[in-house]
Formats: sequence, structure tokens, C-alpha cells
Amino acid sequence: MNRRLLNVYNLGIKELRSLWRDKVMLLLILWVFTGGIYTVSKAASQELHNAPIAVVDHDRSVLSERIVQSFYGPYFLPAERIDAAKEDAGLDAGRYIFVLDVPPDFEKDVLAGREPDVQVNIDATSMSQAFIGAGYIQNIVLGEVNAFVAGKRESADPVIATEAHVKFNPNLISFWFGSVMELINNITMLSIILTGAAVVREREYGTLEHLLVMPVDAIEIMLAKVWSMSLVVLAATAMSLELVVKGVLGVPVAGAVPLFLLGALLQLFATSSIGIFLGTVARNMPQLGLIMILVILPLELLSGGVTPRESMPRAVQMVMEVAPTTHFVALAQAILYRGAGFSIVWPRLLAILAISVGFFAAALSLFRKSLARSSG
Amino acid sequence: MTSGGPVARLGGVGLSYGKVEAVSGVTLDVPAGCMAGLIGPDGVGKSSLLALIAGVRVIQRGTVEVLGGDMARRDHRRAVCPRIAYMPQGLGRNLYMTLSVRENITFFGNLFDLRGEERTRRVDELMAATGLAPFADRPAGKLSGGMKQKLGLCCALIHDPDLLILDEPTTGVDPLSRQQFWKLVGRVRARRAGMSVLVATAYMEEAERFDWLAAMDAGRVLATGSPAELMARTGTADLDAAFIGLLPEERRRGHQAVVVAPWSGDAADVAIEAKGLTKKFGAFTAVDHVDLDIRRGEIFGFLGSNGCGKTTTMKMLTGLIEPTSGQARLFGSPVDARSIESRRRVGYMTQSFSLYGELSVRDNLMLHARLFHIPRERRAARVAEVLDHFGLAKYAADASGDLPLGIRQRLSLAVAVIHDPEMLILDEPTSGVDPVARDGFWRLLIDLSRNRGVTIFISTHFMNEGERCDRISLMHAGRVLACDAPAAIVEAHGAASLEEAFIDVLRGSMGEGESEGEIPVAEAGAASDGGAGRRFNPRRMFAFMGRELREVLRDPVRLVFSLLGSVILLLVLGYGITFDVEHLRFAVLDRDDSPESRDYIYNMSGSRYFDRQSPIRSTAGLDRRMADGELAVALEIPPDYGKDLRAGRDVTIGVWIDGSMPFRGETIRGYIEGLHAQYLKDLTLRSTGIAAKSSAAGIQVRYRYNQGFESLYAMVPAVLPLLLVFIPSILTALGVVREKELGSITNVYATPVTRLEFLLGKQGAYVLVSMVSYLGLMAVSVFWLGVPLKGSFVTMTLAALVFVSATTGLGLVFSSFVRTQVAALAGTAVITLLVTVTFSGLTTPVASLQGPGSVLGQLFPMSYFITISRGLFTKALHFGNIWPDFLKMALFVPVYTLASALLLRKQEK
Repeated sequence: MNRRLLNVYNLGIKELRSLWRDKVMLLLILWVFTGGIYTVSKAASQELHNAPIAVVDHDRSVLSERIVQSFYGPYFLPAERIDAAKEDAGLDAGRYIFVLDVPPDFEKDVLAGREPDVQVNIDATSMSQAFIGAGYIQNIVLGEVNAFVAGKRESADPVIATEAHVKFNPNLISFWFGSVMELINNITMLSIILTGAAVVREREYGTLEHLLVMPVDAIEIMLAKVWSMSLVVLAATAMSLELVVKGVLGVPVAGAVPLFLLGALLQLFATSSIGIFLGTVARNMPQLGLIMILVILPLELLSGGVTPRESMPRAVQMVMEVAPTTHFVALAQAILYRGAGFSIVWPRLLAILAISVGFFAAALSLFRKSLARSSG
Repeated sequence: MTSGGPVARLGGVGLSYGKVEAVSGVTLDVPAGCMAGLIGPDGVGKSSLLALIAGVRVIQRGTVEVLGGDMARRDHRRAVCPRIAYMPQGLGRNLYMTLSVRENITFFGNLFDLRGEERTRRVDELMAATGLAPFADRPAGKLSGGMKQKLGLCCALIHDPDLLILDEPTTGVDPLSRQQFWKLVGRVRARRAGMSVLVATAYMEEAERFDWLAAMDAGRVLATGSPAELMARTGTADLDAAFIGLLPEERRRGHQAVVVAPWSGDAADVAIEAKGLTKKFGAFTAVDHVDLDIRRGEIFGFLGSNGCGKTTTMKMLTGLIEPTSGQARLFGSPVDARSIESRRRVGYMTQSFSLYGELSVRDNLMLHARLFHIPRERRAARVAEVLDHFGLAKYAADASGDLPLGIRQRLSLAVAVIHDPEMLILDEPTSGVDPVARDGFWRLLIDLSRNRGVTIFISTHFMNEGERCDRISLMHAGRVLACDAPAAIVEAHGAASLEEAFIDVLRGSMGEGESEGEIPVAEAGAASDGGAGRRFNPRRMFAFMGRELREVLRDPVRLVFSLLGSVILLLVLGYGITFDVEHLRFAVLDRDDSPESRDYIYNMSGSRYFDRQSPIRSTAGLDRRMADGELAVALEIPPDYGKDLRAGRDVTIGVWIDGSMPFRGETIRGYIEGLHAQYLKDLTLRSTGIAAKSSAAGIQVRYRYNQGFESLYAMVPAVLPLLLVFIPSILTALGVVREKELGSITNVYATPVTRLEFLLGKQGAYVLVSMVSYLGLMAVSVFWLGVPLKGSFVTMTLAALVFVSATTGLGLVFSSFVRTQVAALAGTAVITLLVTVTFSGLTTPVASLQGPGSVLGQLFPMSYFITISRGLFTKALHFGNIWPDFLKMALFVPVYTLASALLLRKQEK
């Protein structure tokens, strides 16, 4: 076999052995890909869930009672009836996100056709819940009111109806989304940490210098780290996808898993190159920690895996075009949720590949330079 | 010589690391008031024994009595700790490399509760006495090995110990520095008559000057007595021979004096040639016009003080560094770092152990055998041969990092020769290796040179090794001072030995630079109790805090990132994360294409939420474009929509929403319903002229605290706490583990500092750094991003202070039980990211969390601070509203700190 390939293979095996000895790290990898994904995807949701709601009822009528009773899970907690005096304090303390204010003589006015208003006060500091909740409350309250007056007054017949079909996730279950996005976050984070730390550790222990007097060169050292760490993360990803996401969480995966893993592989190529880049820039572990946080956070939060990309400012969107995660998130969503095949996602694959090559080249050039310098 | 009872009394002491027994059944009385030495090969338990006596290590078996009390008892350890000084093995291992000479000594003074003028006076005196005064402001990391050891001694002597424990203090130090070091110790003892000194050493010629010795082998004591007694008992003339004579029969077997056959090669056959080799690092000239020629098959020795340029020269000859000027030739061709071929002909062994500590001995050898492409069929045999040859067979399966230094060095050499190189370049290969092992090592070298024609270029501190070389060159301050056969050099200087000749040469080039100042001794009665009496001493805490701050301030990258990192992230996230769902791409499959259908589409396109894309042509196209993620919403208008509408028939428009991102899907559904209702109203108005009453009641929505419903106002108060989690906790997490990895944690074990003082000192430094960062964050939020703080700034700052104290505490908890920096980094990153991003109310209110997440959310301080931050930023709350959250958050501070104090050990296990 080719001498270079052999070197890359042997050095990679060395990386794997080193990792195997680091039990804390192994446990950590295991946790983030199993328990971590489970807890995160089960716990958090950005859509409305068990939202605390209260009603200030000035009317005390049959209709207002019906409105109070109309809130229940999973979107809302049962509504609490509170005094007007407590409304502000409750919102201030974050005890309620929504407070409905039913005016006096509400029922009477409704029946008289005076179209009274129900006031909804919303704590808009948590925006996604605020907006979605406002829509639900409107539907629920108006539904109750209309049902109450049905038969008593004649309402205009709607001639145009909409029939909404939610594709890919008909019930909009949040952990279908959260679990896979968390998986992607873990891929990004771990591959960067593992390779970055591997470089810094070798430098701190002087083994990097030692390698340089061996008949190996920078590109071999780097490729060895990239393939070995990518393999670990890829294996963990495949396992997690099968056992945790599909198995325990029961998320239906629409598309071809191998295609997704191919994308993950390319993504790993890019992120582990980033890891090496950071490991080369950082002179010691504390520096690496700080730089890493600065890179990982934006990579995770701005790639479209947390909030929709199209809503971000243009500049952010443009910058994030060169981040591999952006394309990987889009690719993963397309394959796993929407069942997209190769014919649809190939441009994304190509983009990740191009970005990977770019990052690898940049990391290699920096790595080479730093080796030449550090041996001084 | 000895006076009174023993200073340390050991009874049946045993110590194991895992399955390996390092010390077994040692019973020993170390006499007080004299120079006592532990001698013996590496890995026989000398260091372990010293650590036990110093109280640094937990006693596993047996009894250890030091200074008249049981070291297993915590109160006794506390009481005697200020009377013991411990200098661990390794050059400057307990020093802080970024701190200057003066700062290091002052730091130790603070740990022992020395104050004000007295401290300054003693620091000055110690520096003057040791000749370090001219380098007072130089960072410890930039000192030579000899100077580091002198500094270590200063730090050990600052508190006037009764027992000074030195673990191989002169290993890796040049002969002149070594001589100066021992003179210094002699002067200290002259001034403080009662002081006991206990030294472990690998240099037998040093041990010969001690008053009392204990020879150790394989975890046991072989013999004790004065050097003369030991020599008399074995009937030998020097201690080297005496020690070998003391060894059990099977260890002695095969040992004989090293004999070097004279070299008989061709003087014209040059292997290495250097001409005017020069290397400058900035203004500093490391190597200054060095000329060398080494002949094929020769053993060429390189002797010189630390930092004199030996290593740099060797690196230039291997091509690791480019020379600034001059040239080097290897086997007749210029040295080329890129030439893989020349690397195969040379074996190089670096000064420090630089193999993979986590790999086993065998794996290390196999890896290198593979990298040098030894054919598969010969590989296993070659590794077995080398294992056997270097006496490594019994360690083959051990992780090489856990082995004693001497054995690791043997492994390094084994790795360097695995591929049968023609030339070996060895940079101080025998530092810290005991005499028997060194002799064995040399026999290997001689065999390689004489029988296989391998050229050997070796640097060393040991004079007897220098004597074995065919030729040596003496180097100092980047220049070669002398180069000839060892005997010729001795003769030229009219000296009795090579060591004398070398010291003579060094003196000649340096001038008489040694100082002979008085070693200070605290006046009677003036000495404090070293702070042992008080439980918590703020002075020691501040000493650690000041030290930590200095380190951060001197690492520009860390400083910039810890201060500005958060600010940069705030800008990125504040602008980038948004919960406004806008610019949704939608397209229409219009099967009707009538004025009515176009009217409906026009209504949708007018909304700021939707961006219209090119029309859809078919159902397949709809599926494809949605699967691609190109479209967030698709509308399908049925055929005959316009006709049916005009005829008063009910029509249904199909809406397809991409639900892959549930919260976005939910929002889209809301938008569509709203737009549709609005359209119907408009339609009725246009057709009938009267506004339709679509409902019997209306809904009036008021978005509180954020009337404009702007993402930035919602995000900034939530992102701020997020940023005050990551960087502070990572900073502290690495703070403690780093000391563990680099070895300075010994100072916590060996000095009276308590765990709480150490931890609070560390934490204090990073709380301070984080608060500066907090102020930056606030400034950017209010003045740049324009998010007004409606509540009180003072309350906010107070809450931030408490919060940062909690988050730095969280980092401490991690670092107290994790062993490596990597694990601390990864662990802290994973947990803080997980908890903060998901469970703390950043995206989902804590009230809505369920399952384990809700518990996790409550168990970390983030959720409370997010509530406080939102309350103060957007709701104009004051302390009266937030105090319950404030209290809960404050509760985390003592909990975390106590947890880390419990997890951190005061002794090594």
C-alpha cells in the first residue's frame, strides 16, 4: 500500500487508542449521543406547550366561565382565575405568559351584538410562544363565543375555506425536530473539541515535535486526526440515530439514512478541519476553550437549526453560507424529515464538500506554518 | 552528626498505584539535623516516600511520623506543614512560569503568612543570596534549569522550614549550577544548624557528600548508613560501585564497568558537518557560529549548561529548525527538513519525554515501527528484540506515561533506534536515569557505535558519560568553548577530572558570577506560625487570586477572549437569533388562473411575512420543491375556483405547510389563518360595501414589555445570562485542572493553604474578569444595540455578581474531580451548553418544561438569572419583585463552592 496512506492509517489508529484510554471522554461522547439527545429533545420546545395562562373575569357570566374552562393541555395549563390587582405582578414575575381580561357585561354585549373585546395581555419577552399563543387564544375564545351565540344570531356563511395540511410532521411534534437538531449540534461540537484538543495536547506534551523527526509530514498527521475522530463521531451518530432517535424517541425518519451519513461524513471533514485550525491557533488548552466557544455557539445557533434562517439579517445569512453547518442542517432536514433523495440534496453535498476542502486547506497551511515555527 | 530523635520515622510503609507496588514494607528512621539522602534507581519509590513524608500523598499502609507526630492525622499535618518545605521532582515543577522570580517567591511568602516589610526583606535577601537578584523581573519560564532550581529553593526556604525535602533537585542541571546549588544548601544549613535536609538523588558523587544515606531498590530499603559505612560494607571505593554491590544478586548479574573500545574510523568520513551555524530568536542569539564535524561511527558528546544552545544546535542538525545563517550537512548533503529519506537515516530523541503517554510501551514501539515502514513480517520480531534489548519486556503492556522517568527514557531510545538508523542524535537521554540503567544504556550505545557503525551525537550533563565519548565539545551561551578528546581537554586545563575542567572552562567564560550573600534566617520570635493556626486566611486566598489574575493578564489571547469574547458573541447572537418568522418562501399551484384566484394570491404576496416564488406547475413539483426546503408554504387553488365562487358555491384552498421545524410551522399556520380572515373581510367589504361581522366578539392583543414585538428586545436579556455562563465556567474549570496537569497543584498539598482559600482565590480572579466582561456586555446592549435597561443598573449588577459567582463555581466543581484539561473543557462545554440553551428558559419558559428537563432547569442558576434579567431589562422591575429568584440563585454559590471543596483533595491519592 501507498506509504503515505499507511502513515495516515497508523497515526489514526494511534489517535483511536489514545481516545480509548480516556474514559471520561468516552463517557461524555456516549452521554451526549444518547441521554443528552433524549433529555434535550423531550424537554424543550419552542412552540406552545403548557403555557401558564390566567383570566381576570369582570363579567362572571356563563360565557366567561366557558372561556375560562376552554384552556387545557397540551398548549395551555388550566387557566387560573385571578384578581385584576394581581395581573401585573403575575406577568412581571413570569408566572403567566398570557392574561385574558374579560370586560364587565361581556355576555350581555355579545348577545346584543355590540361586539365587545376581550383583552389579551401577553408577556412578549418569550416571542415564539407569545405569537403562537395569541393565535390560539383568538381561535379558542372566538370559537367559544361563536358557539355560544350559535342559533341565537345568524353569522355570515364563509364561502372560502382553507384546508391546511402540515407536511412532514403533521402534528408538529417538537422533539421530531429537536432530536435531530441536537444530533447535528453534537456532531459539530464533538468533532471540533476532539480534534482541537488532540492538536493542543500533542503540542503541550511535545509529541508533535517528535512526529516531525519521523518520516511523516503535516498533511499525514492532519488527515490521521481527521479520519479517526470523524469515524468516532460518525459511528456515534449512526448509533444515536438508530437507537435513540428512531428507537427510543420513535421519530419517523423519512429519507435514506446512508445518504444522511454521507452528508455527516462531509460535515465532519469540515468541522474537524476547523478543530485543527483552532487547535493550531490556540497555544494552550484554556485558549482553545475560549476560542472554541466563540466558534461553536454561532455555528450552532445561526445555522438554521434553532431559528429559521430566512428570518435572520441578510448579512448573517451571507456569512453563514460559508459555515458547513448551515448546509448540513438544511441537508439533514431535507433528507430526514422530507425524504429528499440524492437528486434533490446534491447541491448541498457539493457545498459542504467545497467548504470542507477550503477549511482543510486553510487548516493545513496554518498547521504547517505553526509546525515550522513551534519547533523553534 | 545526628542530634536527638529522628526527624521522620517510617514503619511498614507501603504504597501502590493501582496494581503496581511502588513502596513495600519500608521501615526507616531518618536522622534529624543532617543531610540525609535517598539513593537508588528510578522507579524504586524514592519520590513516593518523600511525598509521604512531606504529607503530600495519602498514606495507604504503615505509619509515617514526621517532626514528632503522625502524618495520617490531619491536625498534625496542619500543624507541621509550615515547618516542612517540599520541592517536587522536575525543573521548576511547583513554580508558576508566567510569574517573575520575585512574584514567585512573594507568592510562597504569602502562603506562609509572611507580611509586609518582613516578606519584602526576606525575598530580597533570598534573591541576593542565590544570585537571582539581577533576574528578579524575569518570568520563571524563561530561566535556565539551574536558575529554576535555585528559585525553587528560594520558594522552599522563604518560611524557614525545619525539614527541607528535595526530590532530585539537580537532575538535568549543568555541573556549575549543580555545584552552586549544593553550596547554597550548605550555606543554608550553616546558618540554620537544626535544619534537616532530605534529598533524593541519582548523582552518586553528590550523595557521597551527604551525612546519611538510604539505598533503595524495588520499593525496599537495601541499607542505611553514612557513605563511608556503605562503601566499607561492600568493600568498594566509590558510591556507584557500593550501590551496585548492595543490590541483590540477580539485579547485579551481568553488570560490569563500561568499557569503550577506541574508535578506529576514517577521520575524513564525516557524518555531520556544521559551519558557522547560527540561530537567532529575535534579539537573542541562541547559537552563535558553531562549527562541528562528527565522523562516521564516532560517539560525539555535547556538554554544556542549560539553555546554552545544545538543543537548538541539535534541532538545526535534524532540520527541525532553519538556521539563521551558516549551514549544516548530513552525510554530505545539506540538511533538509522535508527530506523523508534523511529522517529515515537519523534517529532523534528529544530532551523531554515525547512519546504517547496514554499508549502502552508496546503500542508506542509498534506505532513507530509502522511509521518507519518496517515490513510486517519483521515488525513484531523487531519490537520484541528491542523490548528485550532495552529491558522493557516486563513493561510492554503498561501505559508509558505511568512509568518512571528512567524507563521512559529507555523507551524513547528504543523508539529512536527501532528503524536501525545510521545516526543517532540524542538530547540528554540519561537525565534522571540511575547509574545501573545509565550503564546499561551506554552499553547499548557503544554496541551500536562500535559494532554497527552508528554515529552517535549525544548531549549530557554527566561527566563520566562525557569521558566515555570519543570527542566532546563544551558549549556555553551559544558558543563552543572547547572541542577535543576528553583526556586532551582535562590535560589542557591541568585539571584532575573532566568536571573540574568543565567548571574551569565555564568560569573562564562567565567570570566569577557567583554571589555569596548571607542566607537570611528569621529572627527568633519574629517568625510567625506560618498561618497554620487559622482556619481561613484571606491573605492566602488573595495570594492565589493575584497569581491567577497575573497569569490571565499575561496571556493576551486569554485576556482578550475572556473580556471581549462575550461581547462579540452578544453582537452575533443578538443580531443573528431572531424569533420573527419572516420572508417565508411560498409558491402557488394555481389550477384555475382566474381573476379571483390571482386576487387571492396577490393578497398573500402583499404580506411582509411571505416572499412569493415562481409558480408551481404540478403536484410533483410541489412535492419536490417542498422536500428540498425551498418552499415553506404552498397553496393549491382548485380548478374552477373563480367560477364556483361566482356561482356562490363553497370552495376550499389547499395549504401545504412545511412542518419540519415545528415552531415555524405553527407560526405559518397562524399567519395563514390571519391573512385568510383578513381577505374574507376585505372581500365582503369590496363586494357589499359593508364590513362583515365575522364574529360576535373581538380580541384585542397587547404585547407587553415589547410592544414593537422586536426580537432584539427579547433576545438580549436572555443572551446576556447565557454569555455569563460559558466563558466564566470554562475559565475556572481549566484553572484548577491546569495546575493538576502542570504539577503546581503540589503547592496546595504542601503548603498550609486550605482548599477553600485555593478555590475562592481562583474563583475570585475569574469573578473579577467576568464582571469586567459583564460591564462590556451591558454597554454594548444599551448603547450599541439600543436595548434599554428599564430597571435599576445597581440591582442588575448585583444580580450579575451573584450569578457569575455561581457560574464560576460550577466550573470549579468540574475541575475538582476531572483529571485532564480536555475532559474539563468538554465536560463544562457539554453541560453548560445543554443546560443553558435548552433548560433555562432561553427559548422555552421554564414553566413549560417537562420531565427531567424541568428538574435540570431548576438545578442550575441560569433560569433564575434569565427571569431577573428579563424582568430588569423589559419589565422595569426592582429588587422588591425579584428577590425570591435572587435568593434561589444566591444559594447556588455556597453549594457549588462547598461541593468543589469536598471534591478537591488536600493530598494526592
